[in-house]
This record gives sequence, structure tokens and C-alpha cells, in this order.
Amino acid sequence: MTDSPAPRPEIPVTEILTDPVPSTPPRSQWMEVWSQFRHHKGAMVGGFVFLFIVLAVFLGPYLWGLDPAKIDFRARNEGPSLAHPFGTDQLGRDMMARLMEGGQVSLAVGITAMLLALVLGTLIGITAGYFRRLDNLLMRMTDLFLALPLLPLLLVMVLLFRDPLSKAFGTETGIFLLIVTAIGITSWMPTARIVRGDVLALKEREFVLAARSIGTTNMMMIMRHILPNVISPIVVSATLGIANAIITESALSFLGLGFPPDFPTWGRLLYDAVDYLQQNPERVLLPGVAISLTVLSVNYLGDGLRDALDPRIRGR
Amino acid sequence: MSIKSILLGAAASFALAPAAMAERGADGHVNIIYWQAPSILNPYLSGGTKDIESSSLILEPLGRFDQDGALVPFLAQEIPTVSNGGVSEDLTTITWKLKEGLLWSDGTPVTSEDVVFTASYCMDPDGGCAQFSKFDAVDTVEALDELTVKVTFKSPQPNPYLPFMGGQSPIIQAAQFAECLGARAPECTEANFNPIGTGPFVVDEFKPNDVISMSANPNYRDPAKPAFATLTFKGGGDATAAGRAVLETGEFDYAWNLQLAPEVLAKMAEGGKGVPVSAFGTLVERIEMNLTNPSPDLPPETRATVAEPHPFLSDLAVRKALSMAIDREILVEIGYGQAGRPTCNLVPAPARFASPNTDCMTQDIEGAKALLDEAGIVDTDGDGVREKDGVPLKLLFQTSTNAVRQNFQDAIKAWWSEIGVETELKNVSSSVFFGGDPGSPDTFQKFYADVEMYANNFDGTDPQAYLAMYRCGNEPKPSSQWQGENINRYCDPEYDALLDELAKTGELEKRGEIAIKLNEMITKESYTIVPLVDRGRVSAHSNSLGGVVLNTWDSELWNAADWYRIKD
Amino acid sequence: MLNFTIRRLIVAVPTLLFIAVVIFALLQLSPGDPMAQVPLTVPPEVKERMREALGLGEPMYIQFWKWLVQFFWIEPQVLIDNIFGTHFADGKLRVLSWQTRSPVMDIVVQRLPQTLWVVGTAYIVAILIALPIGIYSAYKHYSVFDNVGTFVTMVGYSVPPFFSGVLIIVIFSVNMPRESFWWFPSIYDTTLKVTDWESFGQQIRQMVMPVMVLALQITSQLSRFMRASMLDNLNQDYVRTARAKGLGERPVVLVHVLRNSMIPVVTVIALGIPQIFGGAIITEQVFKVNGIGQLLIGAIQANDLPMVQTLTFIFAVLIVLFNLIADILYGILDPRIRYD
Repeated sequence: MTDSPAPRPEIPVTEILTDPVPSTPPRSQWMEVWSQFRHHKGAMVGGFVFLFIVLAVFLGPYLWGLDPAKIDFRARNEGPSLAHPFGTDQLGRDMMARLMEGGQVSLAVGITAMLLALVLGTLIGITAGYFRRLDNLLMRMTDLFLALPLLPLLLVMVLLFRDPLSKAFGTETGIFLLIVTAIGITSWMPTARIVRGDVLALKEREFVLAARSIGTTNMMMIMRHILPNVISPIVVSATLGIANAIITESALSFLGLGFPPDFPTWGRLLYDAVDYLQQNPERVLLPGVAISLTVLSVNYLGDGLRDALDPRIRGR
Repeated sequence: MSIKSILLGAAASFALAPAAMAERGADGHVNIIYWQAPSILNPYLSGGTKDIESSSLILEPLGRFDQDGALVPFLAQEIPTVSNGGVSEDLTTITWKLKEGLLWSDGTPVTSEDVVFTASYCMDPDGGCAQFSKFDAVDTVEALDELTVKVTFKSPQPNPYLPFMGGQSPIIQAAQFAECLGARAPECTEANFNPIGTGPFVVDEFKPNDVISMSANPNYRDPAKPAFATLTFKGGGDATAAGRAVLETGEFDYAWNLQLAPEVLAKMAEGGKGVPVSAFGTLVERIEMNLTNPSPDLPPETRATVAEPHPFLSDLAVRKALSMAIDREILVEIGYGQAGRPTCNLVPAPARFASPNTDCMTQDIEGAKALLDEAGIVDTDGDGVREKDGVPLKLLFQTSTNAVRQNFQDAIKAWWSEIGVETELKNVSSSVFFGGDPGSPDTFQKFYADVEMYANNFDGTDPQAYLAMYRCGNEPKPSSQWQGENINRYCDPEYDALLDELAKTGELEKRGEIAIKLNEMITKESYTIVPLVDRGRVSAHSNSLGGVVLNTWDSELWNAADWYRIKD
Repeated sequence: MLNFTIRRLIVAVPTLLFIAVVIFALLQLSPGDPMAQVPLTVPPEVKERMREALGLGEPMYIQFWKWLVQFFWIEPQVLIDNIFGTHFADGKLRVLSWQTRSPVMDIVVQRLPQTLWVVGTAYIVAILIALPIGIYSAYKHYSVFDNVGTFVTMVGYSVPPFFSGVLIIVIFSVNMPRESFWWFPSIYDTTLKVTDWESFGQQIRQMVMPVMVLALQITSQLSRFMRASMLDNLNQDYVRTARAKGLGERPVVLVHVLRNSMIPVVTVIALGIPQIFGGAIITEQVFKVNGIGQLLIGAIQANDLPMVQTLTFIFAVLIVLFNLIADILYGILDPRIRYD
């Protein structure tokens, strides 16, 4: 901790002498946060589940070995079996392989788009809330983005940027960048407004005044005092943001604006399977469970992070 | 015996009366659901199927096509032909006679002036009439007397049944639309939303893009019809929900166009509240080959134009091999079920115009490989993809966004990879794909892809205009703002000469022969168009709705006047 | 605060005009064609004539100017005419939809009731459920209630309405026998008029499922923010002071902590209220509610630019307005916040 220990008055000398001598050097703040985080049960479970999902999705295909694009017309719409533990889809493709491949895309899109929206939203929210001069301009810009109709905006983005991006980065990376940007720049606004609202109230608090009176610079103030205090709405935005990004991606590919049609993603698998809800319920449940588990695990990770960063809860 | 019980007894005896003695409005209420909601009830201002079909309950033409594509008189006494003297020998005039005693729903008589007015309404150059092509060949429309109308064409018309035939060009009331000619057409909201018609129903309330409430037309020409007193026409949602509402929950009586995966539809039909019905028309799902080079490296003036032939699709062997690799039976099975059948023809019906060609029916992967090998198109660099003159056979395959089409894309991609052709898939939102925005690179006309898949059909029963789309020079190109119907940029002087001959031939036998030859030239001889599935229409009606005759040649609701409630 | 409100209202005018220009430019730029839904059997020349009849050939600035005049000058006259029975707007051209060729505002007015009923009710239900859940979860941090609440809300949020809607239709409309009390209609009847208790009952029945689906989503979001914000405040010094003063738990939590935790929640609600007007696109589609959301998506798909422009603009006005209200509420919740 950085706070210098307050002098302890009138403690008998003997007690100080009998105090146990610290055997380890004082830990840094981040070590402290980490140790707190490690003791947070929810965060640890969430972390393991998340790790498991990431491993299953990225390493699973090497173990499982079935090609997710392999079509088998004799095995269409099959229920779970030994050969296909999660069943097959309407073209006889293995659902387990598709779930793994779909997860790679969905996780990548979900996390990147969420991070992009979060960074944009936090940056704009804090700037607007902290610097009164910029508030009006930034918030009117937020209003503009909130008002823009999503679909035409995406159509225009696809029209303008798909070909140049595909040319520069190849089709898949190009579309990935396009989708992540599209979702990112259309979903930062709530975070920005929420963060700004909190910052508006925070900057009038006594500790900010105190910090300012000792000459803390704006940059330091934001990093040390404002940001840590708005971390909890940001964490909530992050968890909701992942779910949002995964679902939005499926809406995009459904509209023909997303990945090429032979690219499975969780959202798309879920969407395609809704019609089969009555005959093959597992097909709709599996991607649904995958998305929910991811969101839940990120949520608990976020909870743990939030608690670990809160010095008042720490050590309870 | 009280009066009430006498009345009740009378009602009971009516209910027991056989259908022949039915009375107008005796069967209460009927619910229809279309998953596309009607926007306007004037088919001349909208070409949309939903608008044409919903308005067909209210407005009627002189004659309609029945479920077999035969002509049946509606407001006319009979269908004019050369043999009954209604059509002139030189095929330049057609004379219609209206039935006697016809009344509009407001009680005024229907006269030949209404028919003349309908023509002038649609032919007004500022009106933007959606059915203008029906009147394109018309020179004059004149009323000979109260009930007789004579249509004179600019040139001989082998098929004179264009105006006033079918759901697309019904008769509208002159008195109601008199102030709505030309540029003023869109301002007549009241008339467009509540047209006065001669059909079995009248509009009580129209909520655009949502729902129409209708009731029986008190002046309908058959006093015993329609059997239903009121009708609700709900729009919106999707095909799955519409099917569910009829087949599973039983909330609705009739659902239109259930484009669903066969197994989904079969599962719904197990619900037992209704039955799916299907019928076939001329709609063909096909793959179109781009004969020009769509490469993005070309300048926009020549990209995908006849100036730049396609590097390998211009080779007949490649096109044929691509067609041979496709298993159409399986496509039907995964995509359409009872609503589809494999076809090798662009014109699958009527029988007179349909070629007997079936040589594409069986998949032949080995044959396709051999064909390519023979043509010297082989994999020279060992990457699994064949090359022609050093250009690898890599295709961009685009289509509109639609679950069935995406399944087809996946399946076809797999077959093509077996013969050494690599495919990249792309789907485009249908509002962009089928739109004509010259600024968008993704329209089907611009065809910035190597192959594309969609479905098309023709109005009525005569394919002349349909086959004429593939004329030289009719291709979309920059100078025509990318408008044009010759999507493949096909050009064969012999084809054009045959088209001219067809336009001059009146004799039906001969017309059939020419149309079959034209169809074969563009399909089995050149594989410019690779037909996949002859797509029928599946709709569903509840078990208690009787009298439904599914018709793909005209509005599906063409005989709603004959619908009745089956009593159990 | 009054000064601030007036200043913000003045700034709102150029802001909204700018938004209108951006929306217009965006719609013009976006690919698409109002003729896309016309069957392919209609030849291209005819489509070209239909486009001209819609006024598509005119230069962009003229189209925009026409819309401005129609929306800001003629439509208010129509409104005055309707209220006072005057005839200012007679014979003047209003904003016409390209799909229906009828005045856009008439359709909007027609669509409002079902949207307000369904989406509005969902919001009220969600707020009533979410706030207590959020408060209690934070107060009993990591209790069983909190954990179950977290689980349910997160699963609720990550299940999209195109799935949850269909799922409850299958349960309550398909598999439930028709006579059962628990059977609910899968298709919303917009022609139903509430005239007596029976029709009111029917109205409630047909609202149950769409409201459930929507409320689940909104509840999840609101309760998460409420919980997080309460947690931040429960350990503040002023809470300890209040307790030390001998204040009861109830006033401490429900007066002091709640008031100070409301800022993010007010923001989320203020962001959500324009959406009550905007409708819920997917949920409306699943249950065929055919409200504003369905109108907007239909207009976008049909490239009905006057309709999309008008709807998004009304939406923009509401967003600007409610964000202003949120800012004013911040000042009331925390008097230390100053804007001048």
C-alpha cells in the first residue's frame, strides 16, 4: 500500500517488541489483489469454467478430429449417439465439431467486441464526466450514435469496408475486423453514459477534493481515484457486453452481413436450431448452454475482480 | 313454445342444411395469416405478392387462371378466343363481355367504363403503375356498349390475355379512383386502403403492414357466397410462426407459403390441427453462371461485362461438370420436401412448354471429373484445385440470405470440392440482393460473383417474355445503370432469331416447340442456367376449412368465395 | 438547474438537426432499393418508372428539404387540425411512406397503442422486479438468494428472445391444451378493442408471453446494475456513520444507500424509455405484435426511406429528451453534481 502508516501513539514498547517480525517483504498492491482474487470462490470457479471453455474450443478440435464441414446426407438430424455425442444437423454435420469451431469465432468476436466497446465507452464516459468542457460535445455525440438506425449503419459499413478489408487482411480476418468494429462502435453508448453519470457524482466527493488540493494531476486523478471507483458498472457492462456481442453477431450473419454462411458460430447454431426445437431439442440447448456458461463465468470473474479491487471488502 | 326456442330451432335446421343450401355469412369467421404483411390494397401501386393476394379478396379481374393454369371467366361472361370470335384473326384485338347485373360493393353497377378506366389508370405515364408491363402492348381500350370492352394491341399478340387477367390486373371502380390518376395516385390513401370491389369481401378496417378486417360483400354476385361473414387477414412474423398457428395451435385457418425445412413442416403437421397442401407452378430455383469476369482487379467499366469473358466459366465443359456434380434429389430432400421436385428445365410447366429433358437428374461425380480431365482442366500444382490455363477453378458463390439457400450452398460446395473446384460462399441480405441499387456491389444484376443462386418464375402461363430475358444486349451493364434481365450475359444470335419467331407464332403447338427449343438451348445445351429445383408452393389450412384449392397460377385466395366451414 | 435545462434545450435543436442530416445521409448511402420486394417478374423498366413515381430521381438536398418541410411544418398543422378541427393542412403533401403510400404519422399513431402496452408494461414489470432483486442481492452479498439471482439473470440475459419467445410459445400455446387456463395465444390480435372486463382479460392474456420475454431481458440488465451500484455504496463511510448514529437497517439501506446507488440505474432506465417507443424488434416479430419495432424493421427491409427517417428521428428526439431528464435527475439524487 502506498499510504504511509500513521504514527501509533502511546503503545507500550514491549508490545512492539513482541510483535512478530514480518518474515516476507511487503507485497505490492497487485499481489494483494491477486491473493484476494484467489480466495474468491466464485471467481475461481468462473475462471476454471472459462478456461475449460477456451481450451475445449481451441484444443478440442485436435482431439475430436471430425471435420465440422463434413456433410453426410445419410446421417441428417440424428440425435446424440456414440459417433456424434451431440447429434448432427440438417446436413448431417457433427454438432460437437461445429460447436467447437463456432465457439472459436463466438468467443473471439464476443471478447474483442466487448473490450472495444468497453474501452470506447469508459474513455468517453470518463472524459465527458470529468472534463466539463467536453461533456456537452461528447454526450451529444453519444445521443447521435444512440439514434442511428443499426441496420442501415451496418449495411453502409459492409458496403464501404468489406472489400478493402478483405483485400488487406484476407476474407476471414477482414470480416472479423469488420464485425468486431461494427458491434464495438454500436454498443459503447450505454457504458459511456453510465460511467459518466458515476463520474459526475464522484468528482464532487471529498476524497477527490483532497487529492486535488495536494496537486494531483488530472491524469493521475483519473487513473488512481476515478477509474477504480467506477469499476463495478464497467464490470457489469463487460459481462452483459459479451452476451450482447455473441447474439448480435448471430443477428448479423442472419441478415447476411456477418461471416460467410459456412462459418458456424454459437449464435448462428442457436438461430438455425430454433426451428428444430421440437424434434431435436439438444441442438438448440447446446449452443444456448455454451453462451450462458461463458457469460456466467465471465460474470463471476468480473465479480471477483471487482471485490479484489475494492479495498473495503478486501480481507473480509 | 317461446319465440326464442322457435328461433333456436330455425338456426339448428339451418346448420343441418346441406352445403348447397348454404347462406351468405352462415359460417361465421375465418382467420388467414400471411407472414408478409400487406402494405396497400391496390395491386397497381405495389407489385408485392402479399398485396396482390390480399387485394384479390376484394378486387376481381375479368378472368383468372385456375389451379391447372386454364383460363376461367370471373367478371367476363366467357374467355374470348379466336374460335368464339372474341379475339380477332390477326391477333390484334380482344373483346370482353361483362356478366350482366354485376354490382360494386357500394351497390352501383359495374360497366365497361370501369374497365376502360382501369386501363387508363395503369397506363398513365406518371402513375408508376406496377403492372405496366401487362398494358405495354395495348394501343387503345374502348367501351363498345355498357358491357362490352375492346382492347386493341399495337402489334399482333399471340398471348392476348395480359390486361384484366389474373390477380395482378383486377378492375377498379372508376368513380372511386377518378381523382387518383397519374401523379396523384399515391395521395388517394382512402381508395388505396379501402378499394370498392366486386370480390367476395369488403374491407372494414385496414391497418397497413399489420392486419385487415373484412366482412362479406353484401352485393356479391352469388347470393349464397361467401360462406364466411367476417375475415381477419393477419400479416407479419415468419413462416415458422404462421405454420405453427395453423397446424399446431389452431389459432388460424389458412397460412400462406410455408417455406420451411421438410422435417420441420412434417413435425408441425403432426400437431393435427390442419394439413399442408402443395401445388406446382413455374418457380425454379437455379444456379446462374456468370459468363463474364467478375474479378475485382478489373476496372469498374469492364468488370462483369461482356468485354471481359470469364476465365473458365466461359468453357462449356466446366459449366457442364458443375451441373453434373449436383445431386438434385438430395437438394429437394433437405430443402423443400413435398414442395419441390428436381428439374433440368428453366420452364417446368405448363406441359406444352416444358422440355422432357431429364439428363441432369442423376448426380455423376466421376463423369464430371472425366469431362474436366478430357478438357485438359487438371490439377497441375497438387493443391486439390484444378486449373484452366493456369487459372485455378476457385468460385465465389453468392445468394440471398435464407436458411434453405445456405444449406444448398453448403451442400453444393461439398460436391464441387469433390471434382476439384474450390468454392467461397457469400450471402447477401435479400433487400440488397434483389434491389436494383446501382451503387451496391451485391445485387444479383451486377453479379460480382462467379455463380449465384435464386428463384424466378413467370406471370400467367406463357413463357415468351420470360425466355426473351436472355436476349443479347439485355444484360445489366454500366451504361444501363446495371438494369437488365439477361443476368448471365448470355448471347447467341441463333437464340435471338428463335425468339423473334416465337413472337410471330400464334399457333399453340408451334409455340410450344419453339419454347422447348429455347429452354434447352439455355439449359442442357449450354449450361448457362443450371436449374435445380422446381419449387412448388406449400400452404396449410385447418381441418375445418373446406373448399381450399391451392393455385400457383393466380392469387392463392382466388376461390375464397367458395371456402366454407366443415361441420363435424 | 433551470438555466441548465434551458441551455440544453437550446443546444438540442442544432443537435437534432445534425442527427437528422446524418440519418438522412446514412440512409441514402446504404445499399438497397424500395423495389427489392417487387417480384422479379416485373421488368426493370417498370421498376424504374415506379421509382420515379416515388420521387427517387430528385437530388438529395431536395428530398431532404421536402422531408424537413413536411415533418416540421405540415405535420404539426395536421396535428392542430386533428385537435381543433381546423383545416390548415388540407391538400398539403404529408410525409408519405413508400410502402403504403399513406402518411407515415398515421401509421405511427396506429402502431403506438400495442407498442406502449406491451413494451411499456414489460418495462414497468421489469423495474418492479429488478430493483428489489438488485437491492436484496447486494445486501445479502453471496447468499443463496444472491447466487440464484445472479444465475437466473445472467442466463436470462444470454438467451436471445428469438429462442426464449419460441420456447414459451411451444410450451404455452402448442403443448398446453386449448381449454387450459395456462394456454396463451401465440399471435397478438391488434384488432382487439378493450370494451369490457372480458376483452380486458383477453388483452392481458395476449400480453402475458411477450411481456414475460421482454421483462426477462430488462430485469437481468437492471438488476445487475442495481446490485453492483448498491455494493459500491454499502461499504462507504457514510453508511457506517448512519448505522453508528443508531439508524435502523431499513432506512439506512432503502434511503441512504439506495438514493446514492440510483445514478447508474437512472441512466439505464433513461436509455431504455426511448426504446419503449422504439418497440422491441425481435419480440414483436415473434409474437406478431406488429408495433413500432416491426414497423421500423419492415421499413428498413423494404427501403422505405421516409418511414425509416421519420421513425429514427422521433426516436432521436426521445433519446435527447430522456438523456436530459436523466441529467436533471442526477442533480436531484446527488445535489453536489453541478453542471454550470
